[in-house]
Amino acid sequence: MSESTDNTAPYTTVIGLEVHVQLLTKTKLFCSCENRFGAPPNTLTCPVCLGLPGSLPVMNREAFRLAVRAASALDCTIAEFTKWDRKNYFYPDLPKGYQISQFDLPFSEHGQLEAIDPKGGFAPRTVRILRVHLEEDAGKSMHDEAAGTADSRIDLNRTGTPLLEIVSQPDLRSAAEARCWLGELRLLLVYLGVSDCNMQEGSLRVDANVNLHIPRADGSLAKTPIVEIKNMNSFRSVERALTYEVARQYEEWQATGKELGSAPKQTRGWDDAAGITRGQRHKEESSDYRYFPEPDLVPVRLTADEIATIREGMPETPRALRQRLADTWNISAYDADVLVGQGRELVAYFEALAKLVDDGKVASNWMQQDVLRTLNDRGITIDAFPVPAEGLADVIGRVKKGDFDTSRGRDIFAEMINSGRSADEVVAEMGIAAVGEDELMTLCRELVAENPKIVADVQSGKQQAAGGLIGQAKKKNPNVNPGKVRELCLKIIGELPAP
Amino acid sequence: MSLSRDDVAKVAALARLALSEDELEQMTRELSKIVGFVSLLEELDTSDVEPLAHPLGTTNVFREDEPAPSLPVELAIATAPKQDGECFLVPAVLGD
Ligand SMILES: [Zn+2]
Repeated sequence: MSESTDNTAPYTTVIGLEVHVQLLTKTKLFCSCENRFGAPPNTLTCPVCLGLPGSLPVMNREAFRLAVRAASALDCTIAEFTKWDRKNYFYPDLPKGYQISQFDLPFSEHGQLEAIDPKGGFAPRTVRILRVHLEEDAGKSMHDEAAGTADSRIDLNRTGTPLLEIVSQPDLRSAAEARCWLGELRLLLVYLGVSDCNMQEGSLRVDANVNLHIPRADGSLAKTPIVEIKNMNSFRSVERALTYEVARQYEEWQATGKELGSAPKQTRGWDDAAGITRGQRHKEESSDYRYFPEPDLVPVRLTADEIATIREGMPETPRALRQRLADTWNISAYDADVLVGQGRELVAYFEALAKLVDDGKVASNWMQQDVLRTLNDRGITIDAFPVPAEGLADVIGRVKKGDFDTSRGRDIFAEMINSGRSADEVVAEMGIAAVGEDELMTLCRELVAENPKIVADVQSGKQQAAGGLIGQAKKKNPNVNPGKVRELCLKIIGELPAP
Repeated sequence: MSLSRDDVAKVAALARLALSEDELEQMTRELSKIVGFVSLLEELDTSDVEPLAHPLGTTNVFREDEPAPSLPVELAIATAPKQDGECFLVPAVLGD
């Protein structure tokens, strides 16, 4: 279903995204109520976030700091002067009758973020960011259609929580690019500690604007009316919805020839189960928000020095980290992407391991196979992983030394994960004593003596025949290293007098 | 500058105010006077004046990110016209 940049399509797809993320603050944007998901309805409200008369908002310092941090990482220009505005509309989840947002002087503008497909499905795409601004979230309305009750229930716990709005320019050219770019944005914000970006809990929400540019025979360009898609609840649904909408617009254009300007911008909702977008009711005068400066909040001024300090304190971005891992540990861009995609803590584990075993590639393989599989199977994160990097390094070191082969090493590691015991303890318990050199030599001499047919085959040039000895060696002693057995047997055969 | 009746009707609709014909007439007259008064400013040269973002000269008023207790739910929803002990109840919000 995934659509890569399609150079054969008779049109160019034009996509811009509007992303809302909830900030990881302890309290709401303008009051000291907790900013927390999942509390019983209406247990996290106060006169300020209920919009009661006489209450006054006061800006959360941490929310502003996180917002500036995010905008800096997105290469935005940070404004030296910014203010807040009222966006006026009536909706039951907005008790004040207006949302405090930013209109003409957002705190940051003109950034960029690149989407890179580690599998090379499309060329890297730099997406410009129009603006990033800070605003308050609305509450939640719930309607149980099945119950058939006349009323909707309103929970205002989320009302007034800090929200970052990130608006991209229409620079994306396919559904796959949009998905990839969102993944990069989410990773960046998680790395910065700005948001947990959990789409299921609504801490990251995406709306997409999409239309098509279709070249006509005379060289001019037909542009289809822009459609805004809402209600996409996962990155996968963003990709599916855009793929669907692109095909739908092309069909509609072929049928009606309708172009941008001849119809107002349409909003369509994504129906994930049906796999289609549906036109939504046009909200009357919805665009007339009558913004005006918020009189209850004073503006914020930042000096050039303060902005520079924020920029200097920025942590390593996922992009820089990928590059560094690839350079330092000599792993592929794809491997670096997998590791970085798992978060900063997992990367720290990997780097500790790579340092201990002095081999990035081997460390990366073990991380991706054994560690990641365990994390996925158990649904845990690396900080809950039972074996520290030193423990895994111990196993890898013994494999490298030839105490046992990789597959035996993986069994041992699996047992260390299960039991929480050290490599030493597991090895002793499983009876996997390292086979001594003398012991191995005796065993190999026995094998050679017992298998004249194989010896003859090897002597006639069929080296692969030695493989038959390994199975027998394992029966004699399950702890032998197959590679060593093979090597040693060939050596012994080679020293025999020619037949 | 004066406001038209349609301007006032539109603003009233946006503010969810149901004005009678007489009220609409009266509001158009009175609001036009206010706008007319404010438009005196247009006689001044303001090209060197920075737009005023806030009447107080102060900037950068912040509070620390420290939680304080919220209202108990009974109190939060006490004044709602309709509630179910947990949530505010409003006429059905459907669709989008
Ligand atoms: Zn509150």
